[in-house]
Amino acid sequence: MEEDILKIFVQSVTRYFDTIADGGASFGTPYLGGEPESAGLGFSAVIGITGAYRGNIYYTASREKLHALLPCLGETEPDDRLCAELVGEITNTISGDAREQLGGGFMISTPFILAGGTLAVHTAKHSVCYVLPVTWRQHPSRVLVSLQKSPDTP
Amino acid sequence: MKLLIVDDSLIMRRAIERCVSTGRFGEVRVATNGRLAVEEFARFKPDVVTMDITMPEMDGLTAVERILRANPKANILVVSALADKATAVEAIKRGASGFLLKPITVESIQAALDDILED
Repeated sequence: MEEDILKIFVQSVTRYFDTIADGGASFGTPYLGGEPESAGLGFSAVIGITGAYRGNIYYTASREKLHALLPCLGETEPDDRLCAELVGEITNTISGDAREQLGGGFMISTPFILAGGTLAVHTAKHSVCYVLPVTWRQHPSRVLVSLQKSPDTP
Repeated sequence: MKLLIVDDSLIMRRAIERCVSTGRFGEVRVATNGRLAVEEFARFKPDVVTMDITMPEMDGLTAVERILRANPKANILVVSALADKATAVEAIKRGASGFLLKPITVESIQAALDDILED
């Protein structure tokens, strides 16, 4: 199940960068994560998942990456407030996009912006957290996926 | 013409506003959730609304219903990241004039608004 879900997020992230930045997103090998000190890259956001799945989706990126991406959205004077807004919007967009394959029962919350470089990951019960490394124009970012199918989901 | 942009994301509000800045809309206002959208619609009486779905306080689909209950001819374009077909169908069932999937581009938002206003 984990491999299938990670593939879905690879497609979602690819679609985001294809649309916003003419592509260029590449992916490293996913790994098991969750160490707070090493996961965060400066700006992070989390979306809570309920319904057919339970857990959290995180997206974390460096200030440099977000400053490079903001002009693609027309923002010519990037600052920390816009960086925080952008990680929230990216988390929202890739999570929402995943519903195309995970279905309407994959309920997503509004994004919650996490301040600071340390990312305290809340892993879904009976699950683990997978870290999907994403590189765009040599800038690193990460998608963290911790999901568990709800017991009543077929 | 008047446009009301409804989205809890500052990035999205600004992006949509920039996309339409050179177009037909002389006046643009924003709202950050569904409840404020319903209130602002009554005051502003826009020609068209762009409406996010996942927002705090009141979601966009509920706001679509409430706006249309009071203003059956309102033009509302739902702009959402929720990519499942059922969500798009639900938006149209509730009376939205169109559905646009995020992320948006200048071309996609302008084309979607053109479609709605030409009908």
